[in-house]
Amino acid sequence: MDSVTFEPSARTPLSAVAETGLKIVVVGGFGVGKTTLVRSVSEIRPLNTEEVMTEAGVGIDRTAGLPDKSTTTVAFDFGRISLSERTVLYLFGAPGQERFWFLWDRLFSGTLGAVVLVDTRRMSDCWYAIDRLEHHNTPFLVAVNRFEGDTNAFPLSEIRQALALPDHVPLIDCDARVRASGKNVLITLADHLYELAMARETP
Amino acid sequence: MSRRPVDTGDPDRLYTITGGRSEAPDDLDLVSLIVSECEPARGMQSEHVRILKLCRRPAAVVEIAAELGLPVAVVRILVGDLLAMEKVTARHPRAAPAVAELPESSLLLEVLDGLRNL
Repeated sequence: MDSVTFEPSARTPLSAVAETGLKIVVVGGFGVGKTTLVRSVSEIRPLNTEEVMTEAGVGIDRTAGLPDKSTTTVAFDFGRISLSERTVLYLFGAPGQERFWFLWDRLFSGTLGAVVLVDTRRMSDCWYAIDRLEHHNTPFLVAVNRFEGDTNAFPLSEIRQALALPDHVPLIDCDARVRASGKNVLITLADHLYELAMARETP
Repeated sequence: MSRRPVDTGDPDRLYTITGGRSEAPDDLDLVSLIVSECEPARGMQSEHVRILKLCRRPAAVVEIAAELGLPVAVVRILVGDLLAMEKVTARHPRAAPAVAELPESSLLLEVLDGLRNL
């Protein structure tokens, strides 16, 4: 039975010599377009999975499958981009709300950087995410998803002020539905990360 | 294939799958790439068989979880079993596991080039 539901042909396998998995996390409020962004750049249809944890968020692995503990689950989407035969980038869409903080430690551990996706109609949704990223020292950029209904069209300078975003954090517009735009978000982030690394490596 | 229900609603079943164990290798990341080193054998637990089939080509821990419809925590335990039995190997992320430790510029340049060539 398993083999019927589970033929590897149903999915797109990685290159046989793939050896390095990398992570970038996309965070933002509910409905801001995280999955849309992941989908627009991913080489596979975004997959969905869940992490199980205690309500306290400690002893993550110890609670798995223990029916007597109070556990909670949180779903997240991810997509994949093969950067080369050997290197593959995974993009995780993660809910930005405070109650999901326990997911973050796991997701952010070893992550290259993060994209904070913003809807100008609900700008406060991303305050918590930005605060946590700064706390974790995770490099990030802020991408404003310009919805069609974004009639206010706040200029980026005003958004930077509203978010109290330091000058060194990149802030860009995007359209999460458009592949080229999603790609540009990732390139801008990678460029930012590269600059940071160069600055650190150059004495 | 996406949005397949994940099997979290039945703790008893998860308890059975993991044999009540809860320990997984600490260094097993979401994006550690798992590769089968052998074919499934008769008498193996069905989840182990599915992982061995899936990982004939490398697959990340998180992909295994999505494909099996099981929570990541459970899959980490199952992959840990297979690692201990030397049925699979894991290719761990090159980026430092510690938060706030930036990877080398050479790796980032590779990422940048890869993205530009998409």
